[in-house]
Amino acid sequence: MESLKGVRIVEFAAFAAGPAVGKHLADHGATVVHIESRVRLDGFRAHYPPYKDNIHGLNRSGLFALCNNDKLDITLNLKKTPHATALAKRIVAWSDVVIENFSPGTMARLGLDYQNLKQVKPDLIMLSSSNLGQTGPHAHHAGFGSQLSSLAGFTHLTGYPDGSPQILYGPYIDYIAVAYGATAILAALDYKRRTGKGNYIDTAQYETGLQFLAPILLDYRVNGKVASRNANRDPYASPHGAYPCKGDDSWCVLSVHSESEWQALCRVMGNPAWTADKKFSSHQSRKTNEDELDLKIGEWTAAFTATEVMDKLQSAGVKAAVVNTMKDVYTDPQLSQRPQWVELEHPEIGKMHYQRPPFLLTKTPPGPTKRDPLLAEHNEYFYRGLLGLTQEEYSQLVDAQVIY
Amino acid sequence: MASSDRNEGLLSPYRALDLTDELGFLCGKILGDLGADVIKIEPPGGDPSRAIGPFYKNQIDPEKSLFWFGFNNNKRGITLNLESPRGRELFLQLVATSDFVIESFIPGYLDSLNLGYAALSKVNPRVVLTSITPFGQTGPYSRFKASDIEIMALSGCMSLTGDIDRPPLRVTFPQSCGWTGSYAATGALAAHYHRGRTGEGQQVDVSAQACLLWAFSHAHTFWDLNRHVEKRAGSFMTGRSITGAKMRVFWPCKDGYLNFIIYGGEAGRRTNQALVDWMDSQGTAPDFLKQKDWKTFDIAKVTQDEIDRMEEPIGEFFNGVTKADFFKQVVQRQMLGYPVASVKEIFEDPQHEARNFWQTVEHPELKSAIEYPGGFAKFSEGACQIWRRAPLIGEHNREIYGQELRMAPAEIAELQKQGVI
Repeated sequence: MESLKGVRIVEFAAFAAGPAVGKHLADHGATVVHIESRVRLDGFRAHYPPYKDNIHGLNRSGLFALCNNDKLDITLNLKKTPHATALAKRIVAWSDVVIENFSPGTMARLGLDYQNLKQVKPDLIMLSSSNLGQTGPHAHHAGFGSQLSSLAGFTHLTGYPDGSPQILYGPYIDYIAVAYGATAILAALDYKRRTGKGNYIDTAQYETGLQFLAPILLDYRVNGKVASRNANRDPYASPHGAYPCKGDDSWCVLSVHSESEWQALCRVMGNPAWTADKKFSSHQSRKTNEDELDLKIGEWTAAFTATEVMDKLQSAGVKAAVVNTMKDVYTDPQLSQRPQWVELEHPEIGKMHYQRPPFLLTKTPPGPTKRDPLLAEHNEYFYRGLLGLTQEEYSQLVDAQVIY
Repeated sequence: MASSDRNEGLLSPYRALDLTDELGFLCGKILGDLGADVIKIEPPGGDPSRAIGPFYKNQIDPEKSLFWFGFNNNKRGITLNLESPRGRELFLQLVATSDFVIESFIPGYLDSLNLGYAALSKVNPRVVLTSITPFGQTGPYSRFKASDIEIMALSGCMSLTGDIDRPPLRVTFPQSCGWTGSYAATGALAAHYHRGRTGEGQQVDVSAQACLLWAFSHAHTFWDLNRHVEKRAGSFMTGRSITGAKMRVFWPCKDGYLNFIIYGGEAGRRTNQALVDWMDSQGTAPDFLKQKDWKTFDIAKVTQDEIDRMEEPIGEFFNGVTKADFFKQVVQRQMLGYPVASVKEIFEDPQHEARNFWQTVEHPELKSAIEYPGGFAKFSEGACQIWRRAPLIGEHNREIYGQELRMAPAEIAELQKQGVI
């Protein structure tokens, strides 16, 4: 039994911020239709590596796969007004939820904003996910999450105190908005069930990102303090950092938050003489001498593999972990046991590891169960089978390149 | 103006009991933002995480933690000792009338108190128990201890942050609690939707490690598809070009840093053209940039040499620009890119004021009012906002034990004496 079975969701969405919301709902059994067009492809299909074997192809994108498993994929060329607009409305009338992440104003220009769509589906739930929100002086400024993560303060908090900010790999903030967007839709579905009312939801990735930073925003407001980057240091722990281990570019982390943890760490290290030095005898003194402390800890960890350090310290009650690489996450014993990955066969990618949601409903376990769809794979199935177009209607719309 | 009637929230009929530590705070807060009645249950004397700073006016005090304020607003607060038999009875009484229980104890702890999912569902078969831990309820690491940095390490995030010749880095302000609490709320509501249709509650098993897998999105797929391991690259972006070219992300400017990337795609080409136009208006665009045909520029095939040649004059140009200039120009010229903002500049951004994002919350106990980041979304039906500040220690004991569980004042006083509440 899937928790969201029967819920119908339509995505006028591309890249991560919209489709990854739909993915989490599809994983729980919702029917999710991803709408694209050959004249406006999902950017992940079009120009965003990785592609299988480094060969670009519309059905070879790793990131499209990751964000779109268990969905139906149909094409609809929204530029072909008025037929495309009418068809889009027919699709919306069939659905419960619309997810869109075009730049603000686009849906209105297409005649597909909430006011219009409500006419065909009075209790529609619609999520508009954007960078900066649907309103305000900057609403129409388009951008990618990798840069919005800078506007929202995250990269300022990453790196060394005397060095450049550092990137959080990709569109970090997009996926913050994903959890909030999915939560908003689920709350709106419940509200609709109780009250019969639909909902229009405006999420700004910027605003969802700032939720994570509330304490330091308050710190500035109340105390005037501007939080900044301080590498791996933490005010409440010492040692606290990443240390080299045996092997090529192999690292562990460990952190000590109390005197008993410090003593346990010293015992595991074999109580070397330096640990008795009063430079390291208290949290304050370890903080004062932290550069030296980090070197000493690093000398000890370097003799072991990262897994050995983690196991030794965890069995002594000290927090420690392996710095997993992007390869390791596929074989990590904990993620494998959960299991976090579902391997499915894709006709062009071959074996692909699809990702389960990070929250597992124990009685209604989530997917993935189906690989991501090929471009336009479900045109006939959806338009004819689910939406109920006649063969004649369907053929005409295909010929007119509305379904395209 | 922000409303103070929680009943205007989407989830106002529902109650959540929140037993979490900082890893799970945000889950209950999100349900509270949506109007649910969230009761934070702390051990007598207060939650240890009240010791996490920063603090109001830098006064170290369990009632003045801004970390607590930020993540525990929209909750009422009671104290309760779950390790005492009477405490457990009271807890189960509350569970009987609750829709959600959120907890972040080490797996097995609640079972050892006879308060695991089996016991809770006996009292209330509809209850959704959301269990939030670093690594999940089962598995070889399920009993490992972890703070933020261990979660960031095992999720792979740290392998992507930092300079290649220095140790991997985490984000200095802890991120794992945000990712974990927010995805946990999604899980709780997915189970809630199922319950709404079937009456069946269940346990939701949230792994912080798994939540953080999303933070660095697709980096791992390079291994899955092509056996290539993406690594930390400092201030550069990798993975956009199949030639392996890396693009500069952070550029020193007059008063800090800018985030600007040479992108491909329609928006990237438009941005590159707009930047050249901007540089040209200042007389600093070299001919080869002006002559570049951006329409045919293919980021997926660009080489490092080509990127380096383009980045040199751009870097010189940005050196003379302030963050505010840059922000103004990118908005006006519809370019991709943003300044690297600190919390100070975030407060100065007119976008937030225009959207009424900031919300002033009264703190009568401090004789003060503080501006908070407001609701995470705007709903046409039902509000999403801060309804109440975070609770003081045991602030709602009388309200909940006295008025709701109908305990006499003498009984409450006795339980206080015994250390139950």
